Amino acid sequence: MRRFSWFNATSLTLGFAFLYIPMIILIIFSFNASELVTVWAGFSTRWYGELLGNEAFLDAAWVTLQVAVMSSTIATVLGTMAATVMVRGGRFMGRTLFSGMIYAPLVMPEVITGLSLLLLFIGIGLDRGVLTIVLAHTTFSMCYVSVVVSSRLVSFDRSLEEAALDLGCSPFEAFRLVTLPIIAPAVISGWLLAFTLSLDDLVIASFTAGPSATTLPIKIFSSIRLGVSPEINALSTIMIAIVTVGVLTASIVSKRASVAQQRDEQAAARAT
Amino acid sequence: MAQTEFAPWNDPEAKPLIQFKNVTKRFGAFTAIDDLTQDIYAQEFFALLGPSGCGKTTMMRMLAGFENPTEGQILLSGQNMAEVPPNKRAVNMMFQSYALFPHLSVWDNIAFGLRRARMPKPEIDARVDEMLRLTRLEKFAKRKPHQISGGQRQRVALARSLAKAPKLLLLDEPLGALDAKLRQDTQFELMDIQEKTGTTFVIVTHDQEEAMTVASRVAVMDEGRIVQVATPAEIYEAPNTVYVADFIGDVNIIEGAATPSGDGYDIAWAEGQAPFHAKTQTKLSNGQRCYLAIRPEKIGIATEKPEGADNTVQGKIIDIAYLGNLSTYHVELPGGKMIKAQTANTRRLSRRALTWEDDVWLSWTNTGSVVLDR
Repeated sequence: MRRFSWFNATSLTLGFAFLYIPMIILIIFSFNASELVTVWAGFSTRWYGELLGNEAFLDAAWVTLQVAVMSSTIATVLGTMAATVMVRGGRFMGRTLFSGMIYAPLVMPEVITGLSLLLLFIGIGLDRGVLTIVLAHTTFSMCYVSVVVSSRLVSFDRSLEEAALDLGCSPFEAFRLVTLPIIAPAVISGWLLAFTLSLDDLVIASFTAGPSATTLPIKIFSSIRLGVSPEINALSTIMIAIVTVGVLTASIVSKRASVAQQRDEQAAARAT
Repeated sequence: MAQTEFAPWNDPEAKPLIQFKNVTKRFGAFTAIDDLTQDIYAQEFFALLGPSGCGKTTMMRMLAGFENPTEGQILLSGQNMAEVPPNKRAVNMMFQSYALFPHLSVWDNIAFGLRRARMPKPEIDARVDEMLRLTRLEKFAKRKPHQISGGQRQRVALARSLAKAPKLLLLDEPLGALDAKLRQDTQFELMDIQEKTGTTFVIVTHDQEEAMTVASRVAVMDEGRIVQVATPAEIYEAPNTVYVADFIGDVNIIEGAATPSGDGYDIAWAEGQAPFHAKTQTKLSNGQRCYLAIRPEKIGIATEKPEGADNTVQGKIIDIAYLGNLSTYHVELPGGKMIKAQTANTRRLSRRALTWEDDVWLSWTNTGSVVLDR
């Protein structure tokens, strides 16, 4: 089946080129010695050094990380709760309305979400800073978590929970000891999704960030308006590296788990 | 050693473990259980038998506490169970899908209920080991559910539900996923374990053979009602309706009109044919429509008219189903009525006297048939 064909090879090359050439160029120019982004003047790690000395960027990176961890954690808790109620709650008054409202932020233009949150924060007199960005990111990433978790819960065998109740668990214990460990992969990928969304959000963050707290995407975006600095190339390269390592680790771990499970099942099949 | 027969249902002094009192369960407009009253006694192996949708699973889920009756009461040892949630009941259930926790080992699955009961660690260890021994799973204690076979999973589920030593164990189609041979072995294993532990078992099944094998009493259900409750032998030999007769095993049903005669009735079943006679306790009025139920193995088949038989009729063999140990002959009576007669194949196939298109005589005794009024 695996025959080489010029058509396949060409489409593969074109596809990868389309996806990765911009990033490769960015990585190459991050090692450029020249101050001019588009002129190659030899290899250097100078911009990485300068980046470490740039307080503003480091502050923004720290804020971004804090916001991402906090908002994705809160969003995961709330999103999982919402998913559980929607899949498990049976029919209750306003169920359709509730599920519609949870999924609305998925299709809502970010500008509108950001603007409405800004109006809310001004209305209740909340000073804009880390807290407001966390709240805003939680609001929009929660629906992604609940989509991921509820799709897992739909295929979850209800009798497992009933068995837990039958063996003496309270409903909360049944969730903690049986449901949660089993749906954990979905919850974790929901968290990762929320984390990534928060990490690279620009629009909502720029509505809800204040002078005291700026996230990295805002910082990058505003410094680009003053011209692209090679420092930004270096920063972006670091981010690409982090994401690549993360994605590779996650896929290797899950691949190993599935291989191990397959091996166990085959062993069991032979034993019978 | 003479054993006294286990039949608490005949003892007016015996206190039932479970009492259904006029229980009705509705799901919206659908009535799953219709005004049902039934007692189940301690140490019974009680089978709920019926086609899917007859309400047997609903009855079981009400016992476990996953559903509450719409009307009526369920009592366990005299206590009304309506307000008691599933986790506070001395009732455990073995699920049809087994519902083993995939993230826990066999050992932890069995220990799960004991841990919830805050049992001290050494006692848990001892109890789990005892359960592993009982179900012959010692070697698999450290495996995960997906690393063992279907039969082993079924035993883990049983061990887990027995570990808390419940007053009542509910088994929901426990052997449905096993192949025929393994199912038979497991049925005897279940009976053995039930005897050893003295637990009351209520089993839900749609497999009549399974119910007959394991149960001390069988309840045949239809559309939310129990049609008959009796020992397997009674259900088979003395069904109270055509539905039960037809559901349990193979049966010939002959419809006719009854005329009192001697200690039973003559049943006219076809014009120009001599009526069949049957002894019965059933009271019928003169000329009432009734049904004669005759098991195929109670019908003799011969080429010559048997001397002194109570009921005889001639017919022609249309079909023969050879089952190895038994053969079932499909015999067409005058008027087109088909009757199944079964004989044990005590002789080799080549020596058999009967074949297709043969004219044969069927015969049965006056007590071989059952007269039913509905």
